[in-house]
Amino acid sequence: MMDLRELYQDIILDHGRHPRNFRTIEQPTHFAQGHNPLCGDRVTIYLSLDGDQITDAAFQGRGCAISTAAASLMTEVLKGKTVEEARTLFAQFHARVTGDEPIVLPESLAEEAERLEPLTGVKAYPARVKCATLSWHALEAALKGGGPGAPIKTE
Amino acid sequence: MTTASLRSVYPAAPTPLSPESGRGLGRGFDPRVLRREFPIFVNNPDLVFLDSGASAQKPRSVIDRIADYYRTDYANVHRGVYRLSARSTELFEEAREKMRGFLNAADSREIVFVRNTTESINLVAQSWGPAFLKSGDEVLISVLEHHSNIVPWQLLRDRIGIRLVVAPLDATGGLDLAGFEARLSQRTRLVAITHVANATGAVVPIETVVRLAHQRGAKVLVDGSQAAPRLPVDVQALGCDFYALTGHKVYGPTGIGVLYGRYDLLLAMPPWQGGGEMILHVTFDKTEYQEPPHRFEAGTPDIAGAIGLGAAVDFIEELGRDNILAHEEALTGYGVDRLSHIPGLRLLDAGQRRLGILSFDLGGVHPHDVAQVLDQRRVAVRAGHHCAQPLMEWFGLPGTTRASLGVYNDERDIDRLAEAVEVAREMFAR
Repeated sequence: MMDLRELYQDIILDHGRHPRNFRTIEQPTHFAQGHNPLCGDRVTIYLSLDGDQITDAAFQGRGCAISTAAASLMTEVLKGKTVEEARTLFAQFHARVTGDEPIVLPESLAEEAERLEPLTGVKAYPARVKCATLSWHALEAALKGGGPGAPIKTE
Repeated sequence: MTTASLRSVYPAAPTPLSPESGRGLGRGFDPRVLRREFPIFVNNPDLVFLDSGASAQKPRSVIDRIADYYRTDYANVHRGVYRLSARSTELFEEAREKMRGFLNAADSREIVFVRNTTESINLVAQSWGPAFLKSGDEVLISVLEHHSNIVPWQLLRDRIGIRLVVAPLDATGGLDLAGFEARLSQRTRLVAITHVANATGAVVPIETVVRLAHQRGAKVLVDGSQAAPRLPVDVQALGCDFYALTGHKVYGPTGIGVLYGRYDLLLAMPPWQGGGEMILHVTFDKTEYQEPPHRFEAGTPDIAGAIGLGAAVDFIEELGRDNILAHEEALTGYGVDRLSHIPGLRLLDAGQRRLGILSFDLGGVHPHDVAQVLDQRRVAVRAGHHCAQPLMEWFGLPGTTRASLGVYNDERDIDRLAEAVEVAREMFAR
């Protein structure tokens, strides 16, 4: 078994303890809730879009160190990105944590992918992959639906 | 347990058991030695298994008995005229008789084989419920319940309009007996309550509950999932009307459980599933049903499961149920003491008496993070809401980390748990 510090890297522990953008957005253009019934974790993602560009991203909820850090890091990298770029980042991140065929990213997103790298330790712990992707699934639901809607699934 | 005594129970057992295995020490048995009877620990020597509350590991005698049965005695039951089928039926009914003894029921016809505790409770809710309850009648449960003793009653509520009433806990985390009594009304027809709470280990004083309920004319169903592996259970002494348990938590196989029901009650209950095995005579117009318990056992049952469960009961009886209780109590006490010394750790309150379960919050660290660190150190526990979300809500927690004990655990396991929890605490300290 790999060293647990591969899973709980310092950056994860830091974002888990002190999540960034852990707040609501007063009048979000998009938001959605994610729920993992397995562990009861809940996360709500709030977005402000200006046209096609994400100008602000924030989250609220409760979760383990991994899901909290994942939401925190996600909101950090999303700011200033287009919807298309956000979706590309998710697709690439999803492939990395599930061990799927890697997706080639445009050079412009290389730095963001690097920021998310510490979360990829979950791929050695299949039960924890959902913790890392919950907020991203909620993001996708928010972009798709825009409104509250039903809590999205994490599959 | 000695080879000779196990042989006497299983004359056909092909695997000789080590002669020194599990031989009693001062307190009845030595868990360390007993572990040799559990192949899982032979194959995973470093494993600290503290999740018996979810499912217990299986002794060799149970595993072998099931394999033996398939190898030497297998055929369907209650059908064939040939000798093998008669033999199989005999073994199946012998297992029923063992379960009667295990619960000290008056009659083996009071033992219905089901899949698990969940199915036991659903059987009562779906058969006894609509036959004896009407709109406005009340079923009283408690905050301590597992989802399997909540949801079947909600389904019944939605179906026939009963009211589901919930008895609160007192400040110590035990059942609030005054609050319980206050919620027993003229309309209370059934009390459905746990014997030992799966999420906290709180022991419910069933005799008192039964006395209060019967004074009001209400029947009592006891969820014995966590109690059956830990306490001697005597349904006649308890006075309950139904008692539900699952095989896999009493060191038996999965897929088999028991509903005990007082015979007069079972006799008055309609079938809940139709099929073979449960009938006397079928025409296209009308069917006559079997008497209990077969009325409630439609279709080919889990024959090997029942026989394996019988072997598990033999295993338990041979260890001695008083010895098991003494072991669980001593180890629970040791665990409470050991964990209480960890800064920031809060054990969930379990009332006046806690048995076999140590459920805790570690300063707000998410239980899945705690359990991950524990797993890294080969300590297996359960993390989350333990299928008792209303109880978690009562304590204001999304979930806990839960260590639950079995006959193979000893103080060293608790020490390993405590050391691993310390590591988790340091890792996630805020």
